Amino acid sequence: MSAATFRSRMHARATLLSAAAGTAGWRQRLHLRFVRWALRVRSPEPSPIILSQRRVYTLPTRGGIAFAVSIVVILLGAMNYNLNLGYALVFLLAGMGMATILHTFRNLVQLSLRPGRVEPVFVGETAHFEVVLDNQRNEQRPNLRLWLFGDDDIDAVELDIAPTANGVAVMSVPATRRGWLRLPAVTIETTWPLGLIRAWSYAAPDMRCLVYPAPAVSAPPLPYGGEAAHGATRDGSGRDDFSGLRDHQLADPPRHVAWKAVARQDNGPLLTKLFTGASAQRIWLDWDALPTGFDVEQCLAILARWMLDAEAAGLSWGLRMPNYRLDPDMGKEQLATGLRILALFGTPDQISAVVGSNGTQ
Amino acid sequence: MARNNRPVSQRQTWWLLAAALSAFLPLSTLLSPWLVMSATATMLLRGWMTWRQWRLPPRWLLVLLTIAATAGVIAEYRTMFGRLPGISLLSAFLALKLLELRGARDAMAVVLLCYFLVLTQFMFTQSIATAFMACVTVLITTATLAAATDDRPAPQLLLRRAGVLLLQGLPFMLLLFILFPRVQGPLWGLPQDRITASSGLSDSMAPGSIARLSQSDTIAFRVQFEGAPPPQHMLYWRGPVMPAFDGRSWRVSRTSAQRTVPPFRVTGTSQNYEVTLEPLGKSWIFALDYPDKLPPESAYTEDLQLLSRQPIRTRFRYSMSAFPDTSVGADETASMLTESLQLPSGGNPRTREVAAKWREKYGDNTEAIVTEAELFFLRQLLSYTLNPPLLSEDVIDGFLFESKRGFCEHFASAFAFALRAAGVPARIVAGYQGGEVNPVDGYLTVRQYDAHAWTEVWLKDRGWVRFDPTAISAPRRIADNFAAAAPENDALPFLARNNMAWLREVRNRMEAATNVWNQWVLGYTPQRQREFLQGLGFKSPDWQEMTATLAALCGVVLLALTAWILYQRKSVDPAFRQWLKFTQRLGKRGVQWHVWEDPLVFADRAAKALPTHAEPIREIAGAYARLRYAAPTHASDHGTPLAHLRARITAFRP
Repeated sequence: MSAATFRSRMHARATLLSAAAGTAGWRQRLHLRFVRWALRVRSPEPSPIILSQRRVYTLPTRGGIAFAVSIVVILLGAMNYNLNLGYALVFLLAGMGMATILHTFRNLVQLSLRPGRVEPVFVGETAHFEVVLDNQRNEQRPNLRLWLFGDDDIDAVELDIAPTANGVAVMSVPATRRGWLRLPAVTIETTWPLGLIRAWSYAAPDMRCLVYPAPAVSAPPLPYGGEAAHGATRDGSGRDDFSGLRDHQLADPPRHVAWKAVARQDNGPLLTKLFTGASAQRIWLDWDALPTGFDVEQCLAILARWMLDAEAAGLSWGLRMPNYRLDPDMGKEQLATGLRILALFGTPDQISAVVGSNGTQ
Repeated sequence: MARNNRPVSQRQTWWLLAAALSAFLPLSTLLSPWLVMSATATMLLRGWMTWRQWRLPPRWLLVLLTIAATAGVIAEYRTMFGRLPGISLLSAFLALKLLELRGARDAMAVVLLCYFLVLTQFMFTQSIATAFMACVTVLITTATLAAATDDRPAPQLLLRRAGVLLLQGLPFMLLLFILFPRVQGPLWGLPQDRITASSGLSDSMAPGSIARLSQSDTIAFRVQFEGAPPPQHMLYWRGPVMPAFDGRSWRVSRTSAQRTVPPFRVTGTSQNYEVTLEPLGKSWIFALDYPDKLPPESAYTEDLQLLSRQPIRTRFRYSMSAFPDTSVGADETASMLTESLQLPSGGNPRTREVAAKWREKYGDNTEAIVTEAELFFLRQLLSYTLNPPLLSEDVIDGFLFESKRGFCEHFASAFAFALRAAGVPARIVAGYQGGEVNPVDGYLTVRQYDAHAWTEVWLKDRGWVRFDPTAISAPRRIADNFAAAAPENDALPFLARNNMAWLREVRNRMEAATNVWNQWVLGYTPQRQREFLQGLGFKSPDWQEMTATLAALCGVVLLALTAWILYQRKSVDPAFRQWLKFTQRLGKRGVQWHVWEDPLVFADRAAKALPTHAEPIREIAGAYARLRYAAPTHASDHGTPLAHLRARITAFRP
């Protein structure tokens, strides 16, 4: 996303907030009030969210209004010239207009939404929320458009959903602050089949994206030294010098699997290479040891940068925060846990998040 | 908003071109050639531009072209208003709009213009063929509208989608057509060019004016008789009455007063019938002699012409009764009789001489004079022909003594002239004589070539009596039809003679279909609507009652459509359906299955709760899990795995 669109999104959000504050025009205020009423269900909604007929709204589009006006003009012409076929034409078009209301409504109603995947992002990136749309009906639902509430619908997501299948709409939200980023309410709309009628609904799926602090652009060098000088890891094994093989255990990093040894045997068990190393380094990234003169966010940025650097350098690293201690390790999961601690630091979610992170995340 | 004005894609452009063409082509016969050529050229150019993906012309050029087209139309018609100038302008704008397809809004404008152009077609013709063409145009235009939202499906799919939508609109259309309260137009006055040319009889008759009609097989009116139609020679459809003669042509009287009730008392038996008069653009309402009541909005003149208050510009249906035995005009005013004796001071000396002799011989015995005149016509051996020779001065002398060949107007004119010269009041009556029964629907069809002229003679005590001098020389014209009386080598309208039976059969069928169409679709006027609704059981259908019924019925249709549309067949996996049945049975025994629960885990739980059924529970859960999650297996000796599962679950009674 270019900087310009990013700024415009920010602007859109700002106008929305100011609208909420009551400084916007009456149309926008009315719209907001309507949306609040329409989303009267407790937000976030439990999934799956089924767009029942009570929450799907229909109104003519501008094209639909133009169509209606033309019908009236044709009717006047037919009356003036006593054209019975003109009447028939008007009535046929009017009937078609009625039918299209139902078709448009049907294209949206009974659609069900549920949360899909959300990958954590760093501040300044765009969070991608995958909203899964389930079509339980045996017919296609074409031309659905989704966009975030308060966003301009220019960059709406458009998709068709095949019969009894699901589709994934990726909603993009710029991540501006670390911590949990909640998916705003989503407007979902369709004007299929004729574009005369617009059916729309609002939904607020329970989705949040973890936003990591942006890594500092220029950070102090990694804090080598300290315990690293002692050399040994807690189990005495490092990664530098090969010391032997043992049976593979689930927790072993895949890159330590002795693939050559496995390939030599036929159907044999996976083996893990063991290393010893005085030089298997581990470092502690210590909140308290950070240079002074930085505020909290800058400290978190530096820590995030360090984590990424340490991971890139193949170091085993641990994290000491005022409220939590992460034992040294390396790999994707370690990195995810570390960044999560940083992301939630100081937020109401921090403790539980860290406790929860001892497991898989 | 941005989403309302997306750029028009190439496919959408093709659709819009197709819609514009389908709306424009039916009109092309009506418009002036330069406009048709330039509009077609513009559309072809647009097609080429779309194909080569050229850029659209700049706006200033379009403005110039629009001004040029408007100027051209004004130059052609001297006005911008009226039907043809209006349609010309709309067609030009449609073609030019195609060059300006910048956004969805322009596409919408084109679509709406196309719908409107369909209406303009109907101003000229509302035949079945036109309706069919209009259906095609509406279908293509609606498909274009669908393509404006979603242009990816194949053309036939979009056409089908449009067809389905239109078909679903059909019930609404029928309801609205029948029940929508009709207003008798015009609302703001018909433009003068509503009927460009009128056909049929006119208010004067010169030699050759009725013979000209004999070349036209256009339908003048259709008649439905109650019971058997009267014999052919009784079918005198009275039209213009012409008492004024200037030596060459007969004219209707301009001064005749009008009455709203017939100036006579009907007697004798009656014949009921209903006439559907084609819009001829004239005021005469054709009827058999003599009606007891007048149709609405009509009047009777002193000389017994039945006139509509307005020229008849739409198909007009009226019910009448005929009392053929009625005698009229026994107490005719002196002024009327004087008018019926007027002759120019000079001309036609030979006829005057003959008439003077009759007058000398019979004096005031007018009946004897008329008989003498009939005998005279018989003796002259006059012949009936469609192509009488042109006569210059003294047309009556020329016809009676020299050429002796003439069409009905010659006969009638000469007869009336001779009687007037003999002092007997006489006048010309024009109208139609006879007609042909269409065996398909039993309607009597009266065509322009049935136009006829005869004379009415005033006899003391009897009043006005019809004499038809044509019948003296060509009895078959009256007893049969005009084609039978015409000589073999005279040119007649196609199918007027009784040959080509199969083609006549085809024409009869087509005309019967057209008649149904005219009666029920085109002739569904406010009056017909009232009659029809009364037939359906409405006491006095006024617009409130109609609107209420309409709203209620539309609501019913809408509900039916909604039910149909919202009804969705849940497509559940058959194995899962069996599994649900199984879990329901276990649920009754107190072991609830949770949606998120793995079948095998649930089986473990259930087996512990119901140890007596542990084995079948585990087997069924295993079979189900294999069916859902394992790779497809082939049928075993238990049949397909699904059938096996179904059998096991059906047999399972915890």
